[in-house]
Amino acid sequence: MSTQQRSFFFNVDWLTVFLYLILCTIGWFNIHAAVYDPAHQSIVDVSTNYGKQFIFICISAVVGIVILLLESRFIAALAPAFYVVIVLLLVLVLIIGRNVGGNQAWINLGGGFRLQPSEFAKFATCLLLARYLSGTNIRVTDPKSFLMAAAIIGFPMLLIMLQPDTGSTLVFCSLIFVLYREGLSPYFLIIAGLFITLFVTSLLYNPLYIILILVAITAFIIFLFKRNRQLIKTMLIGLAICIAFIFSVKFIYTHVLKKHQTERINILLGITTDLRGKGYNVNQSKIAIGSGKLWGKGYLHGTQTQYSFVPEQSTDFIFCTVGEEWGFAGSLTVISLFMFLILRVILIAERQRSPFTRVYGYGVASVLFFHVVINIGMTIGVVPVIGIPLPFISYGGSSLISFTMLLFTLIKLDSNRKSNV
Amino acid sequence: MNKFFERRYVVTGIFIAIILALLGRLYYIQIVDDRYTIYANSNVRRTTILYPARGPILDRNGKILVQNEPIYDVMVNPKEVKPFDTLLLCKMIGIDKEGFDKRFTKAQRQSPAKASIFEKQLSVELYAALQEKLFEFPGFSIVPRTIRTYPDSVAAQFLGFIGEVTDRDIKRSNGYYRLGDYIGVTGVEKAYENVLRGQRGVQIQMVDSHGVFKGSFANGALDTVPRSGERLTSSLDIDLQRLGEKLMQNKLGSIVAIEPSSGEILCYVSSPTYDPNLMVGRERGNNLAKMYNNPYKPFFIRPIQAQYPPGSSFKPLSALIALQEGIINPNETFYCTGNYRVGNRIVHCNHGEAHGTVNMAKAVAESCNGYFTMVFQRIVDRYGVKNTAANFTAWRNNVMKFGLGARLDLDMPAESRGNVPTPLHYDNTYRKGAWRSSTIAALAIGQGELLATPLQLANLECTIANRGFFYKPHLVKAIGTQNVIKKEYIEKNYVGIDSGYFEPVINGMEAVVESGTARRSKIPDVIMCGKTGTAQNPHGEDHSVFVAFAPRDNPKIAIAVVVENSGEGAHWAAPIASFIVEKYLKGKITPRESGFTVDYFANANRLPDLSLYAQDLQKERRRDSIRAAKVDSIKKFKADSIKKFKADSIKKERREAAYNNKPANWIKSLTGGRSKS
Repeated sequence: MSTQQRSFFFNVDWLTVFLYLILCTIGWFNIHAAVYDPAHQSIVDVSTNYGKQFIFICISAVVGIVILLLESRFIAALAPAFYVVIVLLLVLVLIIGRNVGGNQAWINLGGGFRLQPSEFAKFATCLLLARYLSGTNIRVTDPKSFLMAAAIIGFPMLLIMLQPDTGSTLVFCSLIFVLYREGLSPYFLIIAGLFITLFVTSLLYNPLYIILILVAITAFIIFLFKRNRQLIKTMLIGLAICIAFIFSVKFIYTHVLKKHQTERINILLGITTDLRGKGYNVNQSKIAIGSGKLWGKGYLHGTQTQYSFVPEQSTDFIFCTVGEEWGFAGSLTVISLFMFLILRVILIAERQRSPFTRVYGYGVASVLFFHVVINIGMTIGVVPVIGIPLPFISYGGSSLISFTMLLFTLIKLDSNRKSNV
Repeated sequence: MNKFFERRYVVTGIFIAIILALLGRLYYIQIVDDRYTIYANSNVRRTTILYPARGPILDRNGKILVQNEPIYDVMVNPKEVKPFDTLLLCKMIGIDKEGFDKRFTKAQRQSPAKASIFEKQLSVELYAALQEKLFEFPGFSIVPRTIRTYPDSVAAQFLGFIGEVTDRDIKRSNGYYRLGDYIGVTGVEKAYENVLRGQRGVQIQMVDSHGVFKGSFANGALDTVPRSGERLTSSLDIDLQRLGEKLMQNKLGSIVAIEPSSGEILCYVSSPTYDPNLMVGRERGNNLAKMYNNPYKPFFIRPIQAQYPPGSSFKPLSALIALQEGIINPNETFYCTGNYRVGNRIVHCNHGEAHGTVNMAKAVAESCNGYFTMVFQRIVDRYGVKNTAANFTAWRNNVMKFGLGARLDLDMPAESRGNVPTPLHYDNTYRKGAWRSSTIAALAIGQGELLATPLQLANLECTIANRGFFYKPHLVKAIGTQNVIKKEYIEKNYVGIDSGYFEPVINGMEAVVESGTARRSKIPDVIMCGKTGTAQNPHGEDHSVFVAFAPRDNPKIAIAVVVENSGEGAHWAAPIASFIVEKYLKGKITPRESGFTVDYFANANRLPDLSLYAQDLQKERRRDSIRAAKVDSIKKFKADSIKKFKADSIKKERREAAYNNKPANWIKSLTGGRSKS
C-alpha cells in the first residue's frame, strides 16, 4: 500500500500542477485588483469577490486532491453516470434556474453561492467522449460512430443553447480538434475555417465580389487539373455550397442570430461603432489593456481598473487587469503559461497507451485552448463578446472547480499511465 | 502506435499559430499603438482650470479704481442631496418653490453626479448666513468667485468692462480662452487684458467611471498654481476725474488733461458717462441694452473717438509753423479791417469789427482770422502758385508732427485718427492744379476738413507747454508691483519747432486768459495760457472748445475741453477747464472775480434737443438692424462651433496644458522698459 502510494505521487505530473497553481494565484491577485477598494484591505475578506475566490481555490484544492485519490478505473466507469447527472442538471436549470444577465444558467445553492451546470458539462462531455471513442471497433471515420460522437457533444450543447448561453455552447465546438486527432477527415477543419472566413468577409464586403473571387479561384484550379474529373466535380459542388452559404449569411444574420449577437459582431467588424452603448465594454477593455504599455501601471495602480471603467472586470474581463497593471510583460507571461499548460496537456495525452486518456487529454487541451483564445480575444476586440471565463483566473466558483476537475482528472489518469486501464 | 499520430503536430501547430496571433495583436495595442494611453488618461483625468484674480487698477495716487469683490455661487450635487428643509433654503436665497424645482432639475440635467451652479452671485452677507446653515442642506456647497467692483463709479470709459468671450476671441487666442471665460471688452480691461488676466493654473484630478473625484493626479506634480493678474497704476487722478465728470454732467463732450512732463493723462472724461458697476452682476444684460439705446451714446468714448474741427484752438500751431518756416516775424504787423479777402471770398473776423494793427501775440490773443489766413496763404504760396500742392504738403507734414491726423497710439482701443486733408483730397474735390491757397484757406483757422480728437488737442497743448516736444500720452502709468513703464512713454517726440519760437505764441495765449476771450476763466494766482475755439457743428449750435496749459513756466497740466452744442469756447469749455486746472494745481477751487462757480457749471444742462439728432439716429437704427442680422448669423455659427468644440475637447485639453506651462510673454516685451519703485 505504502509503496503504491509513493509511486502514485511520484507519477503525478508536478509541472502541470505547478502551472495550475501559478495561474490560480495570478487569478486571485488580479481579482483583488479588479474589485479593490481601499475600504476593504484584507485579501481574504469573504464579502468580496477575491475573498470568495480564496474559498473557491481552497475547495478546488480539496477537489483536486480527492480526484488524485480516486481509482482510475472508477473514472472511466463513472463517465456515463456523470454525463447523465449533468444532463439532468442542465434540464433542471432550465426549470428552476436563476436568470442572471439574460442567461438562465445558475442553480441557487444558498449562502450567496450558486452552481453553473454548463461549466461542468464540458468535463462530463469530455469524459463520455473519451469513453466512447476508446471503445473497441469505434472509428471516427465510420459515419455511424461519428454521428454517435457528434450526438454526445451536441446534446449538452442543445440544452445550454436553450438557456441561452452562446459562449458555453460554442466551447463544445472546440472538441472538433479531438475528433480530428482521432481520425476525422481534415476537410472538416478546412470547411469550418472556410465557412468562418466566408461569414466574416460576406458581412464586410459585397457578396458579389466574394462570389466572383471564388469563381475565379475555382476556374483556376480546374484549369490546372483539367484531367482530374473527380476534383472538378468536387470543386463545382463546393463552389455551389459556398455561394449558397454566402447568400444565407444575411438570413442567418437577421433571423437566426439574436439582436445582441449581431450587434457584437457588427462592433467587432467595425460595421458600427457605439462607444457609449454596445461597444462600451470592448472599447474600455481595449483602453485598459492598451494603456498598460510594456511594464503596466503596477499592482493596484491601474487607473481604468481601480476606477471601474470596465464592467464585468473580475469575471469575463479579468484579462484587462492583467493587461493594464502588468502590461505586455504580464500579458506575455499569462499567455505563455497557458500555452505551456496546453502543450503540456497535449504531451501528456500523446504519451498515454490508453486511448481513453489520450482522447480525454485532447478534450482538455481543446477546451482550455478555446477558452483562452476566445476570452483574451474578446477583451482585445478580435472576437465577438461571448461571455466565457478565462480558466483559473476569472472569478467564479463553478468555473474554477470545473476546470480543476477537468485538469486533475487528466493528471490522475496520467499518473496511472504505466498500468493498463 | 496510433495511425493518426502525426496529427498532433497539426493540432499543436494550429494552437501555437493562433496564440501567437493573439500575442501579436496584444503587442500592437499595448506597445505600438499609443492611442489607448491617451484615451485612458482622458477617461480618468479631469483638468480643472483655476482662475486667477484679475489685476486691480489704481489711480496715480494709489487709490483704488477697480478691485475684485468676492461673491458666492451656490452649487448643488444632485446625487448627494438628501431630504431637507427646502422652504428654509428657498427663503434664505430668496426664491420660491417653483424656482427651486426649476434650478434643481436644470442641475440634474447638467450632471446628476457632479456639482453645477444652483444660484449665482450671492452677496457676502447672504453667504455668511447660508454658510452657517449649510450642514442642513446636504449636497449643496458654496463656491467663491470674484467680480469687478468700482468703489468710486468713475472713469467708466477708461476702465471699460469685461464680458464673456466670443467665438472670435477664442479663435484669435488660439484656444487660450474657453467658452464662458471672461475677457476685457473695452477700455483698459481690453487694452491690458494680457497683463490683467494673470496666469491660469490647472489642477488635474482623477475620476472614476461615474465622474466621482478620486484625488489628485500624480500627487499634483502637473498641477500649477494660478498667478494673479498684475496691478495697473493708472495715470488718472481720481479727484480730478470726479470733478471733471461732475462738471460735464448733463452735457456732451470731453475733458482730457495731460501732464506735459510725462504724457500721463490726468483726467479723461467722456460725457455722458455711466456707472461702471452697472456692467457687472445679475442686471448687466439689461443695463447694457439700456445704454445701447441711449441716444447720447454713453459708450462713445468722446476723448478719443469724437472728432471736431479744432477751430481757433488751431491758431497757435499755425503761428508756430509760420515762425519756424521763417514766413513771418513775430513783430511784423498786419492791419485787420475785420474782413479779409481771400480769392473771391471774404473771411470775417471779430464779427466784422476791425482788430486794427495786430502782431503775432495779439493775433493769437484776439483770434484774428485775417492774420492767420494771411500767414497761411503766405506759406502755401511760398514758391509760387504752381507749387501749391508741394507747399501744402510741407505744411501738412509740419502739422502732423504735432500728432494730428494720425493715431497717437494711446494705450486704449478704438482711437480715431482725426484728419489733416491730403493734396490728393483737393485734387479729387476740385481738379489737379485747380486749387489754390485761397481755396483751402479755412484750414488756417482750424476749419475746413481739419478734424482732431480732444486727446490730440490736449497733446498739442503739451507740445506747446514743453516748447517743442511731447511724450506719448498714456493712461497706464506703470504695470505691476515693479512699476514697469513702457519704453515708448519716456521718449521725447520733437515736432520740429525751435523752442525759441514758442514765446511769442505763448505770450498770445497768456493774453487770451489774462485779457482776451477767456479772461473770465482766469484762475487767481495762476498764469494759464489758453486758446478758445468754436468748432462748427452742422447739426446745431457750435461746439465750445478750450485748450490750455498752466502754469506758464514749468507747466504742470495741459488740457483740452470740448462741450458740444454750447457755442463759443469762452462760455463753457474755458471755465470748466479752469476749474480742472485749478483743482490740480492748488488742490482746491478758490472764488473767482468773475463769480463762476463749479456748481453753476455742474448743474447746467447743455444736452441738445434730440430732434436735432433725429436724422442721425434714424440712420443709426438702420445700421443697427443690419448689425442685428449679423448677430443672428453669428449666433448660428456659435451653435455650430459649440458642437465642434465638444469633438475637439480632448485635443484642446492637451493644448491647454502646454499653454499654461508657458511663462507670461508680456514681461519680455517690457524688459526694454525701466523700473521705478
